[in-house]
Amino acid sequence: MSAPLVFDRALLRTRRRRAVAGGAEMFLLERAADEMAERLAVVLRHFDLAVDLGTPGDALARSLAGSPKVGTLIAAEPDPHLRLAHPGPAVAVDAEASPFAPGSLDLVVSALSLQAVNDLPGTLVQVCRALRPDGLFLAVLLGGATLTELRQSFAEAEAERDGGISPRVAPFADVRDMGSLLQRAGFALPVTDVDRFTVRYASPFALMADLRRMGATNPLVERRRVPLRRATLMRMADIYAARFSDPDGRVRATFEFVWLSGWVPHESQQQPLKPGSAKTRLADALGTVEVKLPGEGK
Amino acid sequence: MNDRPANSVDPKLLEILVCPLTKGRLEYDAARQELISRSAKLAYPIRDGIPIMLPEEARRLD
Repeated sequence: MSAPLVFDRALLRTRRRRAVAGGAEMFLLERAADEMAERLAVVLRHFDLAVDLGTPGDALARSLAGSPKVGTLIAAEPDPHLRLAHPGPAVAVDAEASPFAPGSLDLVVSALSLQAVNDLPGTLVQVCRALRPDGLFLAVLLGGATLTELRQSFAEAEAERDGGISPRVAPFADVRDMGSLLQRAGFALPVTDVDRFTVRYASPFALMADLRRMGATNPLVERRRVPLRRATLMRMADIYAARFSDPDGRVRATFEFVWLSGWVPHESQQQPLKPGSAKTRLADALGTVEVKLPGEGK
Repeated sequence: MNDRPANSVDPKLLEILVCPLTKGRLEYDAARQELISRSAKLAYPIRDGIPIMLPEEARRLD
């Protein structure tokens, strides 16, 4: 079975190389990396062998470098050669086809990368298999509200000027789906949460310049192949400024981080009891009287 | 540029890598600097000590 191809991953790599060559914009990655380090710091476990799966650049590697929780961190992304400063082991990997042996890793971390895989369920299954029992997967990816203003402005401008809309902003995973995806992949104790924040720009063009410097411009397979018309672009900027600007004239851009964590099942983790194995009545625990429903329990 | 010695793969990596397509065993060819997957009939190159586990960059074996 193969998933539909939504993202042009070869194009993504080209965009990223170009972004790095031109001096990449890193503030989103740095925010994600700092919080990842904080989240790992409160986990009461040491992870000998960890993989950084797909995180662009070395912001995450730098944040985790001093962590007493992490032993060896392997950089695994399509272009590890771009990480000039990474001293540890590195391997060129596409997250969708993981080259790690089953049960070989203690920790897999990933920041702002997995929103652009075509087969997220399949990728999570592979991560789960590569981890040892009681191994941890901790990731952050961009969620559905990300760039909602840009998406809306483009849709409206294109509908008006070009008589139809084309996909310009990538679809992002919904947080409500992520918990069940983790569970389906085989993870225990799945936890998801959302961190939504606003970044203000001088204009929609400043936002688009930043996206280019993140290597994050349109990666969709079904993207429109003809160049964006200037009139459409200007109309988009007008709509954006009219609908999403603050009193001081700066425009707002929403970013949504969806955090995921899951553990590979292990006997030391809390387990649900078998149905019917309770030793205490719920009514006693609640200090109330049990009332049978009509027609129940003869 | 970095501390990674040229042409040496971290032995820890060799222990845990499998073929990304078949998840089968890999053979390390030190002379050619390749990781060979017999099951996928592919040889993955190692460049500057970095195994390139991308099927599109692998050499096809016959």
